[in-house]
Amino acid sequence: MRTEMWRAAHRLISHRSKNLCDPRWNPNFHNSIQSYSSGFTYNFGRTCKPFNPYLRRQGSDVQICIYPTRDYIENLHGSTELCYGKSFRIQNRFYGSATTKIQRNPIFSTINSDDINHFREILGEKNVIQDEDRLSAANMDWMRKYKGSSKLLLQPRSTEEVSQILKYCNSRCLAVVPQGGNTGLVGGSVPVFDEVIINIGSMNNIISFDKVSGILVCEAGCILENLISFVDNQGFIMPLDLGAKGSCQIGGNISTNAGGLRLVRYGSLHGNVLGLEAVLANGTVLDMLGTLRKDNTGYDLKHLFIGSEGSLGVVTKVSILTPPKLSSVNVAFLACKDYLSCQKLLLEAKRKLGEILSAFEFIDNQSFNVVLNHLEGARNPLPPSMHNFYVLIETTGSDESYDKEKLEAFLLHSMEGGLVSDGVLAQDINQASSFWHIREGIPESIMKAGAVYKYDLSIPVEKMYDLVEEMRVRLGHSAKVMGYGHLGDSNLHLNISTPQYDDAILAQIEPFVYEWTSKHRGSISAEHGVGLMKANKIHYSKSAETVQLMASIKKLLDPNGILNPYKVLPGSLASSS
Amino acid sequence: MKIMVAIKRVVDYAVKIRVKSDKSGVETSNVKMSMNPFCEIGLEEALRIKESGLASEVIAVSVGPSQCVDTLRTGLAMGADRAIHVEASATLYPLSVAKLLKALVDVEKPGLLILGKQAIDDDCNQTGQMVAGLLNWPQGTFASKVVLDKEKEVATVEREVDGGLETLCLDLPAVITTDLRLNQPRYATLPNIMKAKSKVIKKFTPQELNVDIKSDLEVVQVTEPPKRKAGVIVSSVDELIDQLKNEAHVI
Repeated sequence: MRTEMWRAAHRLISHRSKNLCDPRWNPNFHNSIQSYSSGFTYNFGRTCKPFNPYLRRQGSDVQICIYPTRDYIENLHGSTELCYGKSFRIQNRFYGSATTKIQRNPIFSTINSDDINHFREILGEKNVIQDEDRLSAANMDWMRKYKGSSKLLLQPRSTEEVSQILKYCNSRCLAVVPQGGNTGLVGGSVPVFDEVIINIGSMNNIISFDKVSGILVCEAGCILENLISFVDNQGFIMPLDLGAKGSCQIGGNISTNAGGLRLVRYGSLHGNVLGLEAVLANGTVLDMLGTLRKDNTGYDLKHLFIGSEGSLGVVTKVSILTPPKLSSVNVAFLACKDYLSCQKLLLEAKRKLGEILSAFEFIDNQSFNVVLNHLEGARNPLPPSMHNFYVLIETTGSDESYDKEKLEAFLLHSMEGGLVSDGVLAQDINQASSFWHIREGIPESIMKAGAVYKYDLSIPVEKMYDLVEEMRVRLGHSAKVMGYGHLGDSNLHLNISTPQYDDAILAQIEPFVYEWTSKHRGSISAEHGVGLMKANKIHYSKSAETVQLMASIKKLLDPNGILNPYKVLPGSLASSS
Repeated sequence: MKIMVAIKRVVDYAVKIRVKSDKSGVETSNVKMSMNPFCEIGLEEALRIKESGLASEVIAVSVGPSQCVDTLRTGLAMGADRAIHVEASATLYPLSVAKLLKALVDVEKPGLLILGKQAIDDDCNQTGQMVAGLLNWPQGTFASKVVLDKEKEVATVEREVDGGLETLCLDLPAVITTDLRLNQPRYATLPNIMKAKSKVIKKFTPQELNVDIKSDLEVVQVTEPPKRKAGVIVSSVDELIDQLKNEAHVI
């Protein structure tokens, strides 16, 4: 039976795959899980499409979930991480962060038929989903790293319905997971065990848009790309932009305080969200949906919900300030000889380009090579000769000729000053897209090159690349260490690529990376959030007293701990009830 | 041998086109403009021929309002040696442009004139052919491969036509219009952008060239195509037949 399943899996997967994993049985699957990192990437270019799960079952003990889609298989030549998302035998073999063997908290009840009937009364038949295939998709995260075993998916259509659901779950002590587009990278959007999934996707109305001030009020289930098109028609843009925009929902973006590519220009969501409406664990609806730019009355509670990853309340409506769309966009792709030049270039750019700078990304030589080798349609913009670092600069302004002049002057000055050794300036939108294609295609390309360990760290700019170099020394020839990221925000995406997952290599990486980051007072999660993956690592970036206060706030807002349990805060603190 | 490349400043390929509310044309104010993609390919081909040693100079030429200078600067940044700008504020149709190009050819006397096969704003696909007719030069249009033979003064052009690929042999001087698969244009590198600042752009007016640009065409109206109506889902085959017979009148 095992070989049959094995051959079947092979047939569905490209034969060039190198990383194969064995299907394993886990009879105790329901009670505990192992968290592991499979190194999937989330970024298939600027838009990502949701994929259809294909579920095969062989007997009741084993579940193999294979998720092919035409696009996915076309993109995935090398790796076969498709095998992930299966039950794992409890043993010491783990791939990711040191084994976090979590046990299901016994205070949470299990769903019974009365509960299902009650939900059916609140939501109607159609929105109470127990269908295997749909549950399977909702239980698995975007990167196919984490899989829960929820038996119930609810799709409320209004805040009132969310409130009733939560009130009921609180009274029954049923754990819930709020879910949006399910594109998170730290396992925060999927159940760990059998939590009820509350998917906000049906609440996707745009409530109002003020054409003068650019204030958009919409429900939390609106997909970011749809919002971008909508405000685009009105001459505005969304203040955030990320690769997952085709699937991610604004409620989720806010709950994770998503960063993205435009943060250096428009700031974080803490600045752009003017108000929100959230539902607390006991069903109370908190209406903080102001559309005022300035409102200093009392404590500004909305900030608690922005970035709390669904653990303090479910965001149901959002009011966000959108900047006007500016017509002139210029992109330059530059080469620098060392990291110091990149830093100086950043300072110069902030000073000389000032108000028109809208993105500043850096890519190191190793990442660039991986992209050229593995990404379809990637073309080296610079004349062939390898440089050590590449920088992508984007400017957005209102006057085409003025911006271009300013950018050209800055670039020529930098070149004369020796900061830049070579570079190209995009002459039309297609060329600009091709430069962005290279930067955004890095995660995808790294995935094709083999197994990858991913880290998203905030480190002071001067020290950022030191970590990459230290990791190279530490790992030697056993792995390829790549660094790239939002240099403008001091955000490093450290990726370590190996032919296969190897615990020995992992032991070399963790907890060294976290300790190093902590030593330099950096953050172990710059923009991806904590979720399940880093829940027990929060102490690397926050003091014990701070975390203690966070736990108190959690206890205050969610005494039974039903909202997104096992995540965000360390298990030891959060499980007190 | 000199090569002259004609380039056109058009609305950027990636921009979503909107029709002006008075239906007189397409919205071009505050919209990103750039070099016509086919013209870019033409310029790239000219540069490659020069780099292979078969030509001495590449001259970029453009006809239009004063902002055309930006597009010419891009051409110079890609590697063209000089540029010529014919200033004309009115909308020019292919025949007028062809007459102007003929006048410039008479001035510069290039051995090869390269154009894009068509402009993405009007899709006329006429200028190259017209100018070849006016000059009485041989033409190789929709070129997907160009090979020059200096001694024999011949250009071998492979053309993409509906039936496949056609290979022509043209005596120089000749007119070639480029198709998409001819090459992949280079990017404008910073050192070249720097050099381009010192390159010359010569200005002409149609009067100086003795060309009458009065057009015998006038655009009366520009409208969007009618929006596609949503489809209707029918519940049974009978209903389908009924709809096809009585509403659509196709059976």
